[in-house]
Amino acid sequence: MRKFWAWGALIFGMLYFILPLLGMTNFSLKMRRGVYSLDAYAVVLGDPRFQATFTYSILMALATIVFGVLLVVPTAYWVRLKLPGLRPYIEFVTLLPLVIPAIVIVFGYIRLYNTSSWLPLTGSITGTNILLMFGYATLALPYMYRSVDTGLRSIDIATLTEAAQSLGAGWTTILARIILPNVLVAVLSGAFLTFAIVIGEFTMAALLNRPAFGPYMQLLGANRAYEPAALAVMSFALTWGCLGLIQLVSRFQKGAQSAT
Amino acid sequence: MSFLTLTSLQKSFGPVQVVKDFNMSIEKGEFISFLGPSGCGKTTVLRMIAGFETPSGGAITIDGRSQQNLRPNQRNIGMVFQAYALFPNMNVAENVAFGLKVAGRPKAEIDARVKEMLGLIKLDHLADRYPYQMSGGQQQRVALARALAPKPQVLLLDEPLSALDAKIRVSLREEIRQIQQQLGITTVFVTHDQEEALSISDRIVVMNAGKADQIGKPADIYNRPATRFVANFVGTLNLIEAKVVDPAANRVSIGDQGVTLREPLGNAKAGDTVSLALRPEAGSTAPDARGDTALTGEVVSSNFLGSVIRTRMKVGDSIISFDMFNSPGLVPPTVGETVTLRFTAGDLLVIRD
Repeated sequence: MRKFWAWGALIFGMLYFILPLLGMTNFSLKMRRGVYSLDAYAVVLGDPRFQATFTYSILMALATIVFGVLLVVPTAYWVRLKLPGLRPYIEFVTLLPLVIPAIVIVFGYIRLYNTSSWLPLTGSITGTNILLMFGYATLALPYMYRSVDTGLRSIDIATLTEAAQSLGAGWTTILARIILPNVLVAVLSGAFLTFAIVIGEFTMAALLNRPAFGPYMQLLGANRAYEPAALAVMSFALTWGCLGLIQLVSRFQKGAQSAT
Repeated sequence: MSFLTLTSLQKSFGPVQVVKDFNMSIEKGEFISFLGPSGCGKTTVLRMIAGFETPSGGAITIDGRSQQNLRPNQRNIGMVFQAYALFPNMNVAENVAFGLKVAGRPKAEIDARVKEMLGLIKLDHLADRYPYQMSGGQQQRVALARALAPKPQVLLLDEPLSALDAKIRVSLREEIRQIQQQLGITTVFVTHDQEEALSISDRIVVMNAGKADQIGKPADIYNRPATRFVANFVGTLNLIEAKVVDPAANRVSIGDQGVTLREPLGNAKAGDTVSLALRPEAGSTAPDARGDTALTGEVVSSNFLGSVIRTRMKVGDSIISFDMFNSPGLVPPTVGETVTLRFTAGDLLVIRD
C-alpha cells in the first residue's frame, strides 16, 4: 500500500512538471501546419538578435562568475577562518537578494550610479555593463555563497591553512592552490547556477537597457507564437545542461572523496 | 648559546592565562617533548613557536634570531599536525613538493628532494596516490616528509600519533625518532601520552596549568619527579602519606611501620606529614624482609595485567600497589593474605608540591 502511494506521488509530480514541458515542446514543433518541424528553432537560431543577445549574456555570465568567485571565495574563507562570529550576519546579507526584488535593486543602482552621481556608471556602455554585472552578482550571491560555504565546511580549512603557512605559503598561494581547488565542485555548482540566472534574467538588463537574452525572450514572446516556445525549450535545455555539468564535475573531481 | 629559546613566554585568551612565564632552552638537534594533560598549554606553546599564536609576552628566538615579527610562512619551521592536513587535491609527490615549489626551487632540485624524502619514509611507490587512498599511518608519514622537504630549522610535531591505532603509533614513533636522529633536526613534540614522550625524547617538559613543572631527561622525570603533579602524571605511582619521626635521621612512619629514607626531609619537623612516592615496579615481595626498607600489609586486590600482576595492599591508611612480573610458576597473592614488600631506601621519594 505504501508503495502504491509512493508511486502515485511520483507519477503525479512527474505529470505536474513534465506535462507542461511536453505541451510546450510539442507546440514549438508545430510551426509548419500539419507536420512536426524544427522551423521555430531554425528561425530563432537564424535571428541575428538571438545570436547577439545570447553572446552578450554568455559573456556577462562569465564575467559575473569570475567576479562572484573572486568576491565570494575569499570572503567565505576569511569569515570561516578568522571571523566565525560574523557568519550569521554575512549569511543574512547574502540572502537579501532573495527577498528584495530585482527591480528595487536596479532602481537603487540607477539612483546611485546615474550620470549625475559621483560614480556615473550609467553614463557609458562599459560602465552600464559593469553595473549590470554587479547586479547579476548580487542576484547570484545567495547561491554562490551557499555553495562555496558548504564546500568550505567539508574541508578542515584552518589546519590546511596552517599546514600551507608552515610550508612558506602566503594568502594568495593558499587561496589559489589549496582552498580553491578543494572547493572547486562547490564553486562550479555556484558558477552554473549563476550562469542559469544570468541567461534568463530580464528585469535588470531591461531597465539598464542592455541587449541581453532575457529582454530578447520577452520581446519575442510578446510578438511571436511558436518561436518563444522554442526559445523556452532551449533555455530549459541550457539550464539542465548546467545542472548535468555540476554532477559531472563533482563525479570526476580528483580527491573529491578525501577528508583531511 | 641554545638554538631555540623561549623566554618568559606568556599567552592569554581573554581573561584566561593559558601559558605562564614559560622558559626553555633547546639545543640544536635535540628532541624535546612537551607532555601534559589536555588544556595544560603545551599546544599553545608549540603554536606560538610556529607563529600561529601571538605571545602575550616573552620572546622566541631561533638560532639567535627573534621570531617576534615573523609570520608563520617566514619562520622556516616544519609542522606535522594531528589531523595529517595533507592537501586533498594533491597527490603524495605534489604534497611533498609543495613547500619547495612555494620557495621557488628549480624543478630538478624539487624532483630530487621529493624522491629523497619519499625514500626516507619508505613510500616511494605511493608517489601518485592521493591522501584519500592511503591509511592514516601512511598519510602521517607523508605529512612528515612534506614538513621536512624544505629543510626547516625546527620541526614541530603536534600530537602526530594521536589519531593512529596502537601498533602503528609505536612503529611510527620509532620511525620519527630515527629520521630525526638521521637528519639531526631540532624537534619539539607535543603529546599527552607519557609512553611516547619517555620512549623517544632527549628531554621532556612536563607541563601543568600553563607552566613547566619539570624539565629533564626521561629517566630523571620518571625516577625523580619534582612535583606531586609530575609524580602523578608520569607513570603509575603510589602516593603515601607518612609522619616524620626523626628528621635528622630521615626517619618516617607509615601506619605503625618505620621507614628510613635516603632523601633528606628538608625543613620538616617531627610530627609533620610528608608525601612519599613509590613506583609499583620498585619493590618485590619478600616474606622474611624486615627493617627500614620493608612494609607489611594486607592484600586488598590482585589483578592480572598480562606481563605483570598488580597487587594492592593496605598499610596503615594508605593503599600501596606493587607489580610482580608474570611467570608460569608465579602464585599471585590472594585477597586477605599478609605480604611484605621490600624495596631500597632510594625507591621512596619525597614529593614536594
